[in-house]
Amino acid sequence: MNKMNITGAESVIRSLLAEDVSTIFGYPGGAIMPIYDALYDFREQVNHILVRHEQGAIHAAQGFARSSGKTGVVFATSGPGATNLITGLADALIDSTPVVCITGQVASHLLGTDAFQETDVIGISMPVTKWNIQVTKSEDIPAAIARAFYIASTGRPGPVLVDITKDAQFGKFDFQYEKCSSIRSYLPKPELNVDLLHKAASLINNAKKPYLLIGQGILLSEAQNELMTFVEKSGLPVASTLLGLGAFPAKHPNYVGYLGMHGNYAPNVLTNECDVLIAIGMRFDDRVTGDVSRYAKQAKLIHIDIDKAELNKIIPAEIAIHSDAKEALTALNKLVQSKNHDEWLNEFRKLELEEYEEVITDAIHPKEGELKMSEVVNLISEITDGEAIVVTDVGQHQMITSRYFKYQKPKTNITSGGLGTMGFALPAAIGAKLGAPEKEVIAIIGDGGFQMTIQELGTILQCGAAVKIVILNNNFLGMVRQWQQLFFDRRYSFTDIKNPNFLKIAEGYGVSGEKVTTREDLKIGLNNLLSNKNSYLLEVIVEREENVFPMVPTGASVSEILLTEKHGTNI
Amino acid sequence: MEQTFNISVFTENSIGILNRITIIFTRRHLNIESITASECEVPGVFRYTIVVNTSEEKVIKVVNQIEKQVDVLKAFYHSDSEVVYQEMALYKLPTNLNNGGEMEQILRMHHARILSLSPEFTTIEKTGRPEEINSLFEALHPFGVLEYAKSGRVAISKPMKTLEDYLTEMSFEV
Ligand SMILES: Cc1ncc(C[n+]2csc(CCOP(=O)(O)OP(=O)(O)O)c2C)c(N)n1
Repeated sequence: MNKMNITGAESVIRSLLAEDVSTIFGYPGGAIMPIYDALYDFREQVNHILVRHEQGAIHAAQGFARSSGKTGVVFATSGPGATNLITGLADALIDSTPVVCITGQVASHLLGTDAFQETDVIGISMPVTKWNIQVTKSEDIPAAIARAFYIASTGRPGPVLVDITKDAQFGKFDFQYEKCSSIRSYLPKPELNVDLLHKAASLINNAKKPYLLIGQGILLSEAQNELMTFVEKSGLPVASTLLGLGAFPAKHPNYVGYLGMHGNYAPNVLTNECDVLIAIGMRFDDRVTGDVSRYAKQAKLIHIDIDKAELNKIIPAEIAIHSDAKEALTALNKLVQSKNHDEWLNEFRKLELEEYEEVITDAIHPKEGELKMSEVVNLISEITDGEAIVVTDVGQHQMITSRYFKYQKPKTNITSGGLGTMGFALPAAIGAKLGAPEKEVIAIIGDGGFQMTIQELGTILQCGAAVKIVILNNNFLGMVRQWQQLFFDRRYSFTDIKNPNFLKIAEGYGVSGEKVTTREDLKIGLNNLLSNKNSYLLEVIVEREENVFPMVPTGASVSEILLTEKHGTNI
Repeated sequence: MEQTFNISVFTENSIGILNRITIIFTRRHLNIESITASECEVPGVFRYTIVVNTSEEKVIKVVNQIEKQVDVLKAFYHSDSEVVYQEMALYKLPTNLNNGGEMEQILRMHHARILSLSPEFTTIEKTGRPEEINSLFEALHPFGVLEYAKSGRVAISKPMKTLEDYLTEMSFEV
């Protein structure tokens, strides 16, 4: 691994190889040219994916990280290249995705002079990175990269940025790489507090209506098996946040559904009925809690999270356990008693039935009228048995997919949760496919969001990632239109969107496809989509003004979730 | 209920860490009343003393967010009664020898001292609590204060646990 007298640029690539990096998403430019030049000699060892916009690079790296469990890597140049990463950094920070961004920077003697393509990348990215650093000396590069990987992937994962000046890329030194395994001011693995754990177990063992909420923390700590043991032993109902989908199989009898604003009826309503609420690896986002002053007030909360700052941040916990999800679950499994809570589970089933009759039947098996997003998603779920990787963009189609796709496996749900970044899905799907080539990757995208990063079709053209694209086209910025209808008197202010011919555009990029408008053609279309070896685009024309329901309107309590529009929306 | 809190932050000597810390306050619309920084008793470790007026609930969350930063070793918060604190002020006045000893009286009463003296101006130094510093300012006002500068607060906590204890607990060599 050691090499005498190499350039800083080459040391970047060698450091990445030492970190087992096989894929880089990037876009070249002046300030990062030495690194790209060095990369040229390593074309056989590293797969560099040339994106069409740096935002595409970072979303692809996020998709890669989420499907593979590894750290995503991004290259971008200084100035506009680096500023184009900001949305993705913010997205990765709030959704805890490990990404290492390496940006070129003007030569160190030009820093602070407003040189060509100089921006204060460290300053701009500070609020949206877990950690960042500017390197101005070649010999500091390996240690900076080692720290970057360590910080990005440990504790609560997140994005980091290493900004390297051009002179540091050119300078020569004797390369040596040592992986980082600890930083004294940073403790990613908290010690488990056994006392608290015993208290938690006793609370669970004595509970009449215990209720478990899971988030992405389960996936990030790879605790799905421990979770399964915990649930089957303690017999409690499990609900998932948006990012937790897939951590527990949706078809399991103890699974009661998806939480939050557009989640399922039972898990929202019964949040205000349980006596002990156990939350693991989730952070009580306002889209999950609704009005916090009326959230689970009757329950004692056990909150387990690896990020200490999340404990007691939104909902005060009776028992706050600062821990890795897997470690806590492993320990809890030895302490909880075997129980069944069939009666309590039945309460969920009753409400589920109500939701089924009032909402779901019609949504997935409509008898007439135009195609609905929900029936498309339901069919995709059935055909793939809930096992495909499904990447969604942001809007109605995203909420519908979270409701109707029956995620069965970990790391198959990839979406922009905390930030809600339109334009996320297409590049993230490319990354997801490269991170899990053996898996079917289906991107479900709205007609609006697709146009935010549509240029990444060019990346598919070049790298050949066989991403299956489904556009659910309602010719509206649907989610905003829904809010306008419900809360702004149907004043459709600039949400009616005129769309291009998506198929022609795709064709221009070498992606074939078809458009379906009827129920009869939908199955055929989906079969074509899934049987194609290459990327394929299926445009489905759906009902223009379909609304996503149930819904917890802003300011309402989770138990006031409206099953359908009929239940009133004037809140 | 809002009250004054003294936040002590111990960090590595890394560029940008102050920025990362202040962002946490800005984002929550919290005004920093004063901030000071210097190396602390452990070589290479920096101590920031940050004074804010806020509720205990908020200060706990802010301290958690600060401690979450990679380069922060430890952060604490204390109410005023839990710390010993001081501030320092400098006052510049025109030199006037004909004030009938009135100035001498003021300086004695306020436990202030003269730092420098020149034919044109006199510099006076006072360390103490903000109220004391302010009251000297009021007293000097009639003499025409030309310039006035005050430091932020430095504070030391009363509880006996030292930073080194914490660092040792965090299992690294000091
Ligand atoms: C970058 C960005 N800009 C704006 C928004 C606000 N927004 C949220 S959903 C939405 C509409 C999305 O429309 P479309 O992509 O067609 O999906 P649909 O809701 O119709 O399924 C908008 C504009 C956003 N989330 N992200």
